[in-house]
Amino acid sequence: MPFISNTPEQQEQMLDEIGLTMDGLFGDIPGQLMAEAFDLSRGLSEQETRNRLTELAQKNATHLTCFLGGGFYDHFIPAAVQSIVSRSEFYTAYTPYQPELSQGVLQAIYEYQSMICRLTKMEVSNASLYDGGTALYEAMMMALRITGRNKVIVDDSVNPIYRVMIQSYTQNLKIELEQTRCKDGLANRDHILQLIDDKTAAVIVQNPNFFGCIDDFSDIAEAAHEKGSLMIVSSYPISLGILKTPAAMGADIVTGEGQSLGIPMSFGGPYLGFMASRKQYVRKMPGRIAGETVDAFGEKAYVLTLQAREQHIRRDKATSNICSNEALCALTALVYLSLLGKEGFRETAQLCADKANYAYKRLTAIRGVEPHFRRKWFFNEFVLDLPCEAADVIAKLIEKRFAAGFPLGRYYDGMENSILISVTEKRTKQEIGMLAEALESVL
Amino acid sequence: MKLIFDKSVPGRRGVRTEPADVPRISISPDLLRQEPANLPQLSELDVVRHFTELSRRNFGVDNNFYPLGSCTMKYNPKVAEHIASYPGFADLHPLLPQLRMGGMLTQGALRVIHEIDTLLREITGMAGFTMQPLAGSHGELTGMMIMAAYHREQGNKKTTVLIPDSAHGTNPASAAIAGYRVVSVPSNENGVMDVEAVKQHLNDEVAGLVLTCPNTLGLFNPHVKDICDLIHSVDGLAYYDGANLNAIVGKARPGDFGFDIVHLNLHKTFATPHGGGGPGAGPVGVCRKLVPLLPVSVVIKRNDGTYALEYDRPKSIGYIAPFYGNFGIVLRAYAYILMLGKEGLRRVAENAVLNANYVKEKLKGHYELAFDRLCKHECVFSTTQRMAENGIRALDIAKALIDKGFHPPTVYFPTIVKEAMMIEPTETESKETLDSFVDAMIQIAAQAESEPEKLKQAPATATVCRPNETAAAKNLNIASL
Repeated sequence: MPFISNTPEQQEQMLDEIGLTMDGLFGDIPGQLMAEAFDLSRGLSEQETRNRLTELAQKNATHLTCFLGGGFYDHFIPAAVQSIVSRSEFYTAYTPYQPELSQGVLQAIYEYQSMICRLTKMEVSNASLYDGGTALYEAMMMALRITGRNKVIVDDSVNPIYRVMIQSYTQNLKIELEQTRCKDGLANRDHILQLIDDKTAAVIVQNPNFFGCIDDFSDIAEAAHEKGSLMIVSSYPISLGILKTPAAMGADIVTGEGQSLGIPMSFGGPYLGFMASRKQYVRKMPGRIAGETVDAFGEKAYVLTLQAREQHIRRDKATSNICSNEALCALTALVYLSLLGKEGFRETAQLCADKANYAYKRLTAIRGVEPHFRRKWFFNEFVLDLPCEAADVIAKLIEKRFAAGFPLGRYYDGMENSILISVTEKRTKQEIGMLAEALESVL
Repeated sequence: MKLIFDKSVPGRRGVRTEPADVPRISISPDLLRQEPANLPQLSELDVVRHFTELSRRNFGVDNNFYPLGSCTMKYNPKVAEHIASYPGFADLHPLLPQLRMGGMLTQGALRVIHEIDTLLREITGMAGFTMQPLAGSHGELTGMMIMAAYHREQGNKKTTVLIPDSAHGTNPASAAIAGYRVVSVPSNENGVMDVEAVKQHLNDEVAGLVLTCPNTLGLFNPHVKDICDLIHSVDGLAYYDGANLNAIVGKARPGDFGFDIVHLNLHKTFATPHGGGGPGAGPVGVCRKLVPLLPVSVVIKRNDGTYALEYDRPKSIGYIAPFYGNFGIVLRAYAYILMLGKEGLRRVAENAVLNANYVKEKLKGHYELAFDRLCKHECVFSTTQRMAENGIRALDIAKALIDKGFHPPTVYFPTIVKEAMMIEPTETESKETLDSFVDAMIQIAAQAESEPEKLKQAPATATVCRPNETAAAKNLNIASL
């Protein structure tokens, strides 16, 4: 039997030693509750399994040149990343409850937390959350706890997938959710400023926003702080290689999707939710946190800390219900950032912006293709208006081996002809040129 | 060991970035950061050495026996890792199926989700599943949201959820976050939830109950069906925390016990790696009447044999994850279930329960057994009276095990057992391994009598010894800025 070490003889021997039978081991389950039969196939050999899964993998499109983003990006991943995180001392371990046997993971979490702080310039970070969307929801809940208020303002330039997630999570809770409609590609400050009052727990914004536009939320932070509200910024970590940090804008809590930091797209997960905040709020933070301390001999050591916030101690009074987080994905991000280093990280971000800008120029030179937002700075994504329905054009470009972008009409009324195009450092000048030619040919 | 930041050498590089084949753009300076993020500057070899050294200071299932109770630290088959790295899965953009006809670009992935859904229904006796929850506790929250949506739909005004005092901390935390008040129900003298106690707490306010079965003491509640029936009598829903499914998988099904909502931990029962604390996956299964409430999207099989994502589900609780769950983890579990098959699945529970009872019987007499009866996948011991007199605590036993080369069991949980040591061997461990663990435990028990002071100083062989947790919280240092 695969993955079971004991032979039938050993099983018999063990049963004899403890004076039981195999059926007797389940004697405490009432007979009528035992299942009669399971309608499953016979077990497959490793080769059969691999053949079957290879066949299924080949039914997925891997031949497309990817200009699809929307918060999830096709960045280059150095081979050393996978090589390091494949070390089974890391990936077959559990949560580091026994620090003596977990210094590797604990120090890695501490270093990861440090990396996130250095990227965002915030003071504290947790050990990770599930993904960018649940991280944003957790940040909102954290703001409610900190302020004791129940109103939240979210601009619709925040990733629409995250906004619908927040709506689902708050259905059974007494939370007043106000949505503002972005203006000219940026967060609608007029409306946001008008809505902020002394019941407002937080304003939620995103940079670069879902349309790729770069914003500076300093004015929003100031207005929020004046009323005792917090500002939560959802952030694209690669962009922090060059863009103004959320801390410099006055953010109180920063979250984001860490997939772009060396994690494969894997059809939606596992990903990495990161969260950082001001130090004064650390005790209201959800999730695990690793901290430095000393051991019995005064040597430097790492442990999970501030556990009194967590579900295994506080039960229904915990700051969150989260238990497992995404430790291996956090390790992946840490290794990726360590390999890129100070210069490589900055260059990668700059290359994304350069190539996106080049693509923007090439594509807007096509007759009938217009920029949706004029005179706006964008990072590595931008919106173009096509002379016809974007979903249709994208479908035609798939036949030409391009995942050309995302049709914004899916989430935004009136944007049926708009396409969101993403360009990472991985795309070459040649690929961008070929996309331009292909687009021109289908219009 | 030095932090990676302290190994940085100015000018050193780990990767060569892509050549700049397009003109450089200058974004308006007021939108840029003042200085580059202060990341370390290291060669690829520096980075590899650093993390290899860190990995040597860590312990996983591949190192040795890891009997961490309630965590099901079974062996993680290598082939599952191999499969998850296939480019057809690893490089697949999650937004592809949202493009027009895009579902046809991801037929293989959609089929994996659809097929594991079918397999898990059969294994649990539920009517439908969602693969979206990203961890066990996320599954609990999803289940609680489904419970709330059901009562909203029924027009019920329900406010409380019953949870046994032996429950995992995530149970009450998830119920509270979903907006419910938690009522803790005490365990009886047999270590399980008492039918009479449930009756006492039962009223129209009760939205549902959360039960782990077998529970965190490793004990199966023979009255589980009666308890579910009682909850149904007030139109409440019975929730099965699948953390301990490994004890009954292939033998009995929570759906047959009367549970309405079930979450599974793929990283426990279905052998996906724990990753040092995630990523996991916590699919949720529901009974027929709750299927319309499952999160969007759902993978359906069309009449022509192709697979598609269904978004138009008016009664759904909505989106709880950005896409289709932790697909890479779901994929590993799918491969594992295919390899086990019908016969293998049954053998999992049989050997998990055999191994736990074997360890229980062998250690009985050396340690205090919390409940001396047949257990399922795990057993819970306490320190003996003599150990307590010598000042020996469960923590000391745990630390002494480290010096013997084993990962300690879960200690101080469940909280209803004093000085608890919760041992879950899992089915993948051999008799030889269990015997050597039992020997080590017996030696430690003897040492607790002969040289208790030495035990209190264990471990002697680890890289660190008993880090000061109080100091960590007091002098908070959680990042090198």
